[in-house]
Amino acid sequence: MAVQFSEEKLNKVNEIIARYPAGKQKSALIPVLHLAQESFGGWLSADTMDYVAGLLQIEPIEVYEVATFYSMFNLQPVGKYLFEVCQTGPCMLRGSDDIIHYIKEKLGIKIGETTPDGLFTLKTVECLGACGYAPMMQLGKFFKEHLTKEKVDQIIADCRAQANN
Amino acid sequence: MGRKLLLDKAHIEGIRYYDVYRKNGGYAAAEKALKSMSPDQVTEEVKKSGMRGRGGAGFPTGMKWSFLAKPEGVPRYLVCNADESEPGTFKDRYLMEFLPHLLIEGLLISSYALGANTTYIYIRGEYAWIPDILEEAIAEAHKNGFLGKNILGTGFDLEIYVQRGAGAYICGEETALIESLEGKRGLPRIKPPFPAVKGLYQCPTVVNNVETLAAIVPIINIGGDEYVKYGIGKSSGTKLISACGNINKPGVYEIEMNISVEEFIYSDEYCGGIPNGKRLKACIPGGSSVPIVPANLLLTTAKGEKRMMTYESLNDGGFATGTMMGSGGFIVLDEDQCVVRHTLSLARFYHHESCGQCSPCREGTGWMEKVLKNIEHGKGKMSDIDLLWDIQRKIEGNTICPLGDAAAWPVAAAIRHFRDEFEWHVLNPDEAQRRNFGLVHYADPLPVAAAV
Repeated sequence: MAVQFSEEKLNKVNEIIARYPAGKQKSALIPVLHLAQESFGGWLSADTMDYVAGLLQIEPIEVYEVATFYSMFNLQPVGKYLFEVCQTGPCMLRGSDDIIHYIKEKLGIKIGETTPDGLFTLKTVECLGACGYAPMMQLGKFFKEHLTKEKVDQIIADCRAQANN
Repeated sequence: MGRKLLLDKAHIEGIRYYDVYRKNGGYAAAEKALKSMSPDQVTEEVKKSGMRGRGGAGFPTGMKWSFLAKPEGVPRYLVCNADESEPGTFKDRYLMEFLPHLLIEGLLISSYALGANTTYIYIRGEYAWIPDILEEAIAEAHKNGFLGKNILGTGFDLEIYVQRGAGAYICGEETALIESLEGKRGLPRIKPPFPAVKGLYQCPTVVNNVETLAAIVPIINIGGDEYVKYGIGKSSGTKLISACGNINKPGVYEIEMNISVEEFIYSDEYCGGIPNGKRLKACIPGGSSVPIVPANLLLTTAKGEKRMMTYESLNDGGFATGTMMGSGGFIVLDEDQCVVRHTLSLARFYHHESCGQCSPCREGTGWMEKVLKNIEHGKGKMSDIDLLWDIQRKIEGNTICPLGDAAAWPVAAAIRHFRDEFEWHVLNPDEAQRRNFGLVHYADPLPVAAAV
């Protein structure tokens, strides 16, 4: 399948490029990669990155450099729901290790793995800036905070229900 | 109740939106600055306020502004640093989520003072929903004539754009942030030249933290002279503290910098004490990079004075017995917490976030993590403690940017104050897996160890 933004998304790309001075369209790279990741299955394939390079008129290597540097860009396919659980100091103090352990058991996967049905991927991440509402994780665009085992159960059930609809 | 300057209207319903913000005195400071003050007068007022940058370094903002080069015909930029990634810090998020117009008003006044017609807000990528809030507020400000061309008929033009990062702590360092904004890896630049001379697109640039820029609004509203009356001495004004860890009421608090650390932790107005009747063991008062201090040194300085929530008092005693205000990320550890384990978690963080440019940091952070992992998991040797000390000494001061120092300080302070806990881990590997070292003398009243 050829990688191609919809017309609406192409307009968005042009709107982003227009934020920067003429000739500085490379500045749009990170926002456009975010858009690409959202649009093409939650990860960045080499084809996707090459496509973005073409859009911004920069070399593919310039895109690879950036995509491999920032932790939010997935360079491998991930599940439909990506659980990014924080494990840094302040979350650890509030029991993030227990939450990670519980999710591992509940989903039957290790950190970095995806469930066989392709629904869930578990990742541990470093501080996401929700230390006062710990333990927490990022799920898509939003944070899930004050996690407990019951809340994790609910989140997983909600994801399953949503996927079945 | 302490006096507030930033969050005084945060409780008003709908303050997120222009109409409510405006009705409650919003954009009055912008009108005052643009209509009745010259850009230099605004800068003077900020200088008079003595406000120190709220991002962590604490450098006086007015002075930073005055360094900005102003060559003819070259655009100047203001960049708002909303990368907020220091573990324990989540105050800027609060401002942006609940008071976006306060930030935009601050950006407008600051851009006017600096002569910048384009301003970027660089926000950490994980705050994925906040750009929508900011962009909505920017659109509202546009519609009401506070952004765009010829603002308030003064001939001043300004556009504000929001740029998301993508998960890199290092991009909170101002030159790395600029690199990232240019669409590159976040690798800090060698200074000089400083951003004030060559920053974004090689043009003169000021990078300021969200809270710093928001605080410009009250400074213009009440005047620099009045602002100085808040707080104590060189710690003028109010500071947002994001409190977390083992406390009853985690959250973002605005404090006037004239209260004691003890009051901040134990009063119901702020953290509300420690849950389940536990005792205080240690605290990292300014974000994970600043030195951890045991309870006895946290509440009282080595001189025996009450420790206050000010830049100077927190720093009293230097790194031997003091710590830093930093970004205001206030992390509290109760008696059940293990300092070795906590330090390991921070060492892993810095290893993960090192950009890899400088070998002392790239390699050193990895070694520290490995050695700490061994000690924590009962495989440590006594000599590992000295090895750790040696590694952190070799990172500090030997890197392009302060991430090296930031990675070294937590390890250094943990060994400095909690060496016996590290030794206990080495000597009792099995027991260390089952229970924590506890408090021992850390929460005792003074006397305090002599300075190193």
